[in-house]
Amino acid sequence: MVTTVVTKNSGTTATGTKGINLGGTGKRTGGNGSRGGPHPPNGGDDNYRASRDASPQQYRIGMWLALAAILMMFAALSSAYVFRSTRTQQNWQAFAVPLMLWVSTALILTSSATFEVARRALHRGEREVYRLWLIVSLLLGLGFLVSQLLAWRQLVGQGIYLATNPHSSFFYLLTGLHAVHLLGGIFGMSYLMLRAGRRSPKQGAGDKEAKQRASVDAIGLYWHFMDGLWVYLFALLFLWR
Amino acid sequence: MEEATTPIEPSDAPAAEAAEASPHAAHHHGPPTSFIRKYIFSVDHKVIGIQYLLLAIFAAFLGMFMSVLMRLNLTWPGRKWSLLGTIFPLGAPDGLMTPEFYLSLVTMHGTMMVFFVLTTAPQGGFGNYFLPIQVGAEDMAFPTLNMLSFWVTLVGLMVLVSAIFVEGSTILGNTDFVNNYLGGGGTGTIGPIGGWTGYPPLSALGKIAGPGQGAGATLWIISIAIFCVGSLLGALNFITTLLNMRTRGMSLMRMPLTCWSWFTTAILALLAFPVLLAAGVLLLLDRHAGTSFFLPAGMVLADNVLPNKGGSPILWQHLFWFFGHPEVYIAILPGMGATSHILSTFARKPVFGYRAMVFAMFAIGLLGFFVWGHHMFISGMDPRTSIAFSVLTLSIGVPSAIKTFNWLGTLWGAKIRFAVPMMFAIGFVSLFVAGGITGVVLGQTSLDLFLHDGYFVLAHFHLVMGVAAIFGMFAGVYFWFPKMFGRMMSERLGQLHFWPTFIGVYGIFVPMHIMGIVGMPRRYSSFAEYDFLRPVDSLVLLVTVAAIVTAAAQFIFLFNFFWSIFKGKKASGNPWEATTLEWVTPTTPPPHDNFAGHLPVVYRGPYEFAVPGAPEDYLLQTTPDAAAGNLAVAEQGATHGAQESSGNGHNGRH
Repeated sequence: MVTTVVTKNSGTTATGTKGINLGGTGKRTGGNGSRGGPHPPNGGDDNYRASRDASPQQYRIGMWLALAAILMMFAALSSAYVFRSTRTQQNWQAFAVPLMLWVSTALILTSSATFEVARRALHRGEREVYRLWLIVSLLLGLGFLVSQLLAWRQLVGQGIYLATNPHSSFFYLLTGLHAVHLLGGIFGMSYLMLRAGRRSPKQGAGDKEAKQRASVDAIGLYWHFMDGLWVYLFALLFLWR
Repeated sequence: MEEATTPIEPSDAPAAEAAEASPHAAHHHGPPTSFIRKYIFSVDHKVIGIQYLLLAIFAAFLGMFMSVLMRLNLTWPGRKWSLLGTIFPLGAPDGLMTPEFYLSLVTMHGTMMVFFVLTTAPQGGFGNYFLPIQVGAEDMAFPTLNMLSFWVTLVGLMVLVSAIFVEGSTILGNTDFVNNYLGGGGTGTIGPIGGWTGYPPLSALGKIAGPGQGAGATLWIISIAIFCVGSLLGALNFITTLLNMRTRGMSLMRMPLTCWSWFTTAILALLAFPVLLAAGVLLLLDRHAGTSFFLPAGMVLADNVLPNKGGSPILWQHLFWFFGHPEVYIAILPGMGATSHILSTFARKPVFGYRAMVFAMFAIGLLGFFVWGHHMFISGMDPRTSIAFSVLTLSIGVPSAIKTFNWLGTLWGAKIRFAVPMMFAIGFVSLFVAGGITGVVLGQTSLDLFLHDGYFVLAHFHLVMGVAAIFGMFAGVYFWFPKMFGRMMSERLGQLHFWPTFIGVYGIFVPMHIMGIVGMPRRYSSFAEYDFLRPVDSLVLLVTVAAIVTAAAQFIFLFNFFWSIFKGKKASGNPWEATTLEWVTPTTPPPHDNFAGHLPVVYRGPYEFAVPGAPEDYLLQTTPDAAAGNLAVAEQGATHGAQESSGNGHNGRH
């Protein structure tokens, strides 16, 4: 039995294949330069894991998968909504758009834009700008949640509750679930805030920096998705029917 | 050698090198030392896998115990079982099972088995343990999420068990919390009675709908919602690990079929569980917030007209089965993967049609999302719709047949080593065929209209998704046990476990087909009053005897499992002479990071048995071509030894 291993010293850094390696062809197939000593010269040190933890791909893939799951959940609820509002129309009374919802829509659209500004600033290495726009996005996100709450209160003031009619049931359900998921984004941005140290990282901490960029990218993805999801829900609830 | 495993941009490379020098650069986990970090709140995928497995074994025995109770009541209706009366004073007064108690057994048995056994053990158990090792990774992509997914699942199981005892119990059921927030209890210690499918209106009305439907049903829904979250975390982790953490040379088409099956299953779970979660939220709102998603107008209950308007119970069925059918494949696909893996190893032959196996698996998974309607043929759906669902359902027979014939092709002409894992794997094929063939019967609307909700359906899905999947698990346990615990399970006890189980399950489920054709309906607690069923009374007795024998045989397994952990024969690193990466780990069981810091490099496909010219009758995936003897190297188009990084790596050979 021959077990060949690759050691830290014998392998070369894979060159520039950005993206998921899906194919059997290409650079990672066997046999390049791994025939050297079967064991590393010095055992014991397993710090090689550092690079894996920072794998930017991993955060992105994980985030895309989480978004797929969230998308499926809202797709299921949308199908229920469409079914309920067209097939069994009994008791369906749509109410007018509460004004506050326009405010929240504006807030979340803006926060998406400001987050993108922050993200690009970080990729350019302008950490001060990044911090500034990150705070702005976070505040706008919180503002969105507050204005959603105000919209709920507005409706309650009109006597429209969760169980009043199917449209109001779906309204509270969908906005509520969206808000819960948005809270996840708020937590994510707060985490980024904690990590957004004023100082530029020390020389040689590029690994850490790559990791930070990756988490900003992933949370940015989530935040834009929440933005898009809100626009979709808004259209579904008030424009579609 | 991580830089190769996870491609990073060239500019990052020096930085990564530098980071390695700094001791604080990475927050990776070294081997934990304290007992709690090592065995309880462990982030090691191997420990988590074993935890999942133990959870599933616990749930399986609980579920099996319930099924035996059901058989007892069906065979001897009206008999009193005094112990039951003590535990469930109102569900079984004086030990006489009430029909509601029987229904709660049905519900709990189904929920327990489908969610906490069939979904956890093959995927959460074996998948967790072996997917990272088989692709040559040192752990899952997100170890902490992985730990979380297990603990969330465990909480789900605890909530589910508590649903049995919450109503009317002096300890759990009479608190203000239960009465005010969970819908109240007080009808007797009994679980929810809505079945594992939880159809409304029964499940949506609250405690007025019957015993167990108050706080018990609320906890049942919450338990499933919790389970959904745990499974989603797991699925996300599986897919990311598989896509991003394969070691060098492990192209997708060189992965063992087990990895393909866990991958497909994870995709199904990722897309199906959110739908169930959404449905569960709607159901909870109907129960506790007065909404009418599933409740139609004009329902009369206890002489009161309910205020609900316009909801649709059919909507639940659509949402539930959109999840429910992929769930069937979530249960069976890992078993298919393990079976392919094991058949090849013990037949000492490559898997017949590796590529076809992969594509068939994906086809099954994909089609699984478009056939949910076949569970609803009697819901009053448009016949044109049901034809569409019917045709799609029958078309699943094609990839299933591809898999079956490829399994037979793998066995064809082989010198088979009849070890216990192999016997269970062959048993899997047998049960998959026996159970699957009736799927073709039930997929036809006209036949289903008669057979629906009868014992024929019961027999069908128990064989194909229940017992076949369980056989896949047994095969997996016997096969991987030496790697997981470093000791062999007893071969003799394994044989003693296999034969009663194999004959027993056929003894249970073959007669049930006949009962179904005669017209016996599911979920009835007793058939004493139905004279047209007298001719099958003897079959009912036969099934019960077979069930008791089969259940008893499982204790042989339980003993073998725990005894072998401590007293089994010491296992070598590769006792089955298999080829994949789990058998090249430096120690057995594998060290904390699986390969002791040196990730393996893969040179060939996963099932290279009986390679002409090779020194032994198998080639490990890590065997370089030079070491493989007089192999026809040209055949593989290999460029080994070359230093160029862009050479034509050889593809999987299948």
